Amino acid sequence: MIWDWAFAFEILPLLAQAAVVTIEATVLGFLIAAILGLVLASLRIAVPATAWPISVLVELIRSTPLLIQIFFVYFVFPKWGLVIDAFAAGVIAIGIHYAAYCSEVYRAGFDNIARGQWEASIALNLSSWTTFRDIIIPQAIPPVVPALGNYLVALFKETPLLSAIAVLELMQTAKIIGSQTFRYTEPITLVGAFFLVMSLVSAAGIGALERHLNRRPTR
Amino acid sequence: MGIRTLTLMLVAALATIGLLALSPDFSVFLPQLLRGAVLTVEIAVLGCLLAVAMGVFAALARMYGLRPLRWLATTYVEIFRGTSALVQLFWLFFVLPQFGVTLPPFLVAVLALGLNVGAYGSEVVRGAILGVHRGQWEAATALNMTRVEALRRIILPQAFVAMIPPWGNLFIELLKATSLVSLITLADLTFKAQTLNQSTFKTVPIFTLVLLLYLALSLVLTIGMRWLENRAALGLARGSGR
Repeated sequence: MIWDWAFAFEILPLLAQAAVVTIEATVLGFLIAAILGLVLASLRIAVPATAWPISVLVELIRSTPLLIQIFFVYFVFPKWGLVIDAFAAGVIAIGIHYAAYCSEVYRAGFDNIARGQWEASIALNLSSWTTFRDIIIPQAIPPVVPALGNYLVALFKETPLLSAIAVLELMQTAKIIGSQTFRYTEPITLVGAFFLVMSLVSAAGIGALERHLNRRPTR
Repeated sequence: MGIRTLTLMLVAALATIGLLALSPDFSVFLPQLLRGAVLTVEIAVLGCLLAVAMGVFAALARMYGLRPLRWLATTYVEIFRGTSALVQLFWLFFVLPQFGVTLPPFLVAVLALGLNVGAYGSEVVRGAILGVHRGQWEAATALNMTRVEALRRIILPQAFVAMIPPWGNLFIELLKATSLVSLITLADLTFKAQTLNQSTFKTVPIFTLVLLLYLALSLVLTIGMRWLENRAALGLARGSGR
């Protein structure tokens, strides 16, 4: 028989454990991406001289494969004296990769704020930090939350790349099960099903969030 | 970023590769890596062709197809957008043989990447077709064109222009995703980097060169798509009066 339900149920607990690692990597990676992305986008505004180097850096990160960046962090950082384990290396690489994408999302959010908001804040004698924190951020971030959500889903779907540096996440566990039992059908199909369900659920969630944000009165 | 800056970055990347090639530490790896890069480009080009074909086909099937076809196209798009590219690649590589279908790895790579990006592409095509103004359909009907004729001669040429930038992004995604094929034993650029790294432990030069090579490939693709975008926009401004 091609599909064996008994075997599928037998490996389910193992895969469930690995799913926890996948989700941990997703959450930590996105945390780095969301924060570092905001820092990069803010820095461009705060210090105009950094705008060009940052956009080159973003272009560099977005133009090269995540897999190579994961290898780079995992293999090259130790040569520079920074020894980290595979999980941390993977999370850092994914976080930096998506920080580049997120910084562009934040930038679009900032660009949508009318100049008048800055000028009005100056007229009210607010410091530029207060303006940024209390006037610009509350207006710039909510509209881009759905776009950030899409990157969260994209990041989640890229976590199987961590299997390339032997992090015991879903894909790696499925491969190990496959190589030990010579049955690849159930583990890999189950992993696919897991990603499909999670993606559909989060797509629905993002859609609901988007409708919720659109319903708010325009300012 | 403008086409000028991108060209500047490409020149800088190529110059850096050239400079590094002068040092013996780096130059020993370059021929092997370039051989890997050829395979990367082959897979990327074939994958892009398949992606465009699948994207157009799935979009048209979803918009104008009969119900079973529409259902099939929607399932395809949801499955390939909902799971990871790597899962799809492994599924075609490890699981399909258990159903009695054993494909060569090269074909698996092109199929997996093309189908994956094609699913995203179908949304691009759909969006671009829906973005063409309704009046264009009405005018075509007034000129006694059939729906197929209107689609082929009026709607698609205009939608094509709107499709170029998002397809450019998808092609870049596909090019980057070719690095995954190293995990199904294909000797692409990433695979060469891995094997060279394991045999020589010269990690820093190898991965620096690989990053620069991928960067150069991406930039060539981006610049090409930008150029196409400009050319197509010219034609539209002249032809449609929009």
